Amino acid sequence: MATVEAHRVRAGRGTELGLLVVALLIAVSAYALVGLGATDELPADVAGYGAGLAGLALVVHVVLRWRAPYADPVILPVVIALNGIGLAMIYRIDLAREARGGDEMFAGKQLAWSAISVALACVVLIVLRDHRTLRRYTYTAMIVALGLIVLPLIPGLGVEINGARIWIRALGFSLQPSELAKIALAVFFAGYLVTHRDTLALAGPKVLGLQLPRIRDLGPILVVWAGAIATLVLQKDLGTSLLLFGMFVAMLYVATERLSWIVIGFVMFAGGVAFASATFGHVAARFHIWLHALDQDVFDRAPGGSGQLVRGLFGLASGGLFGTGWGQGRPDLVPYAESDFIVASLGEELGLTGLMAILVMYLVLCQRGIRTSIGVRDGFGKLLAAGLSFVIAFQCFVVVGGITRIIPLTGLTMPFLAYGGSSLLANWIIAALLLRVSDDARRPAPEVTGLLLETPAGGIPLDEEARNPVAVAGPGDDQPTEAIRRTNGGGRS
Amino acid sequence: MSELTVTLLRLGYLVLLWAFVLSAIGVLRRDLYGTRIVSRKRPAASAPAPAPAGGTPAAPAPSRSSRGRRTGPTRLVVTEGPLRGTTLPLGTSAVLIGRAPSCTLVLDDDYSSSRHARVFPEGDQWLVEDMGSTNGTFLDDQPVTDAVPVRAGAQIRIGQSVLELQG
Repeated sequence: MATVEAHRVRAGRGTELGLLVVALLIAVSAYALVGLGATDELPADVAGYGAGLAGLALVVHVVLRWRAPYADPVILPVVIALNGIGLAMIYRIDLAREARGGDEMFAGKQLAWSAISVALACVVLIVLRDHRTLRRYTYTAMIVALGLIVLPLIPGLGVEINGARIWIRALGFSLQPSELAKIALAVFFAGYLVTHRDTLALAGPKVLGLQLPRIRDLGPILVVWAGAIATLVLQKDLGTSLLLFGMFVAMLYVATERLSWIVIGFVMFAGGVAFASATFGHVAARFHIWLHALDQDVFDRAPGGSGQLVRGLFGLASGGLFGTGWGQGRPDLVPYAESDFIVASLGEELGLTGLMAILVMYLVLCQRGIRTSIGVRDGFGKLLAAGLSFVIAFQCFVVVGGITRIIPLTGLTMPFLAYGGSSLLANWIIAALLLRVSDDARRPAPEVTGLLLETPAGGIPLDEEARNPVAVAGPGDDQPTEAIRRTNGGGRS
Repeated sequence: MSELTVTLLRLGYLVLLWAFVLSAIGVLRRDLYGTRIVSRKRPAASAPAPAPAGGTPAAPAPSRSSRGRRTGPTRLVVTEGPLRGTTLPLGTSAVLIGRAPSCTLVLDDDYSSSRHARVFPEGDQWLVEDMGSTNGTFLDDQPVTDAVPVRAGAQIRIGQSVLELQG
């Protein structure tokens, strides 16, 4: 089986530790530089902060060594670096707010949420030994996801913040349940599509060179589309709606390899949004702000104007190529600079160069997710990893696109960077799930059992009875072959 | 702090950011191409390995000598990829290549489709045909759309694997 051994990958825990050191260096020096830049002295607790962050990183690292030794070595360092950069920027905004007499401090809360998220990610890694367990909960996940999405609409529980009804407030905490819903949805879509993809991949009529699916197979996409549009109308949030529908279409494409699903999805969504924006005022207002952001009257409109968006653009512009440096800019002039507009804040202080580095980190993260999905051997894992990494990528696109005025502004948060407990929690769980699946993807194929060794698959000229070699592919409808077998070249004369 | 220190710290941080990004990409690069480098060394290293491994390249020898009447290529050799060194004797029937267990040549290649390509004889020559694969089949770096004739020595690329007709 030498040919299979060629696929053996290094476990990569050492590599991960090395990258973690650099990631921690990035996080801690950002924190120190913020202090230096804003107040001209090192923050008093920089050593304690560094030790705490290093402790968090090491805990996950040790859990990975223990429970997922073959997990991908790049995911954790990238996540730690992003989380650290986010913390430093939130602290920086806090300092600016303090200087102006504000007393709301977010950095401490975010650090606490980071610790909670890391703990939860470790629990996921320890408890969930095999991601395929999740497939059993396909429909449970659907109900959980629907419940979480509907939760903010319940009177008394849901609160409307800045026009979007995507928050719930209970026991002094406010949460954005749609952040957690996306994980449950990814599980549901993966479980559903892995069983139903064969039907959905069936070919229907061919139009303009595009192989369309059969009309009767449009059911699932119609249901999700209706759900997404309902979210848009009832919760007034384009972000959740986009995320919900985008994830389904992406996973549908991954499952069926049919480009037509993407075209159909795009047309349906664009049509739905156009209809919604023509019919409902709040959707139309979002579009108006986006298209006419630089008009004086739109800019000046006190709540709901384009002031935030345009100030964010000004911030990005003043950052230029290399940025103003940590603590040297004025990112706090933008409302919600620590959550919705953290990308604009980072763009101002780190410049295009720094922002590009951060975006490449996301690219690397998603690439690892997609690579995991290619490498993993079961269909459910493939779809789950692809869906989760797509969610991260899509959220980046929607947030950065909103800030740079490519698409209308939405209520989504930048994964790991932005202030927000629920977002951080959900994204750390996603990271843990990706690590769990990647462990399965990179783990060398199990040793071939004695039964298989009795049938020498390669090397010996095979004759008729060996032409049907014993099936070694494991269970699952789409298991690619793990072990290598050879038959002779068909009919031998 | 002097202006110079501030500027150095500011640019130094950007350098640090990119150093991290590039080293992460370095790790990815090794992950993408590392297996192939390892597999090149494989045959020499695994020579004394048990029969299935060591015997693979040598296996078709007897069957090839027993068939001398055909003038065209007599075997299909995998020259690159996880299955490097595997040789298939060519008979009179088509060779189906892909990841599905039902294929004649089962590739353990993440980038190949389950039924990826077909190599089949027609008259005196062998033709290769793509079976609607995701990543495509390439003959000497040209994408294969319809069935095209393959001369001996031409490289058929399927995912990470390269195949050649020889003999």
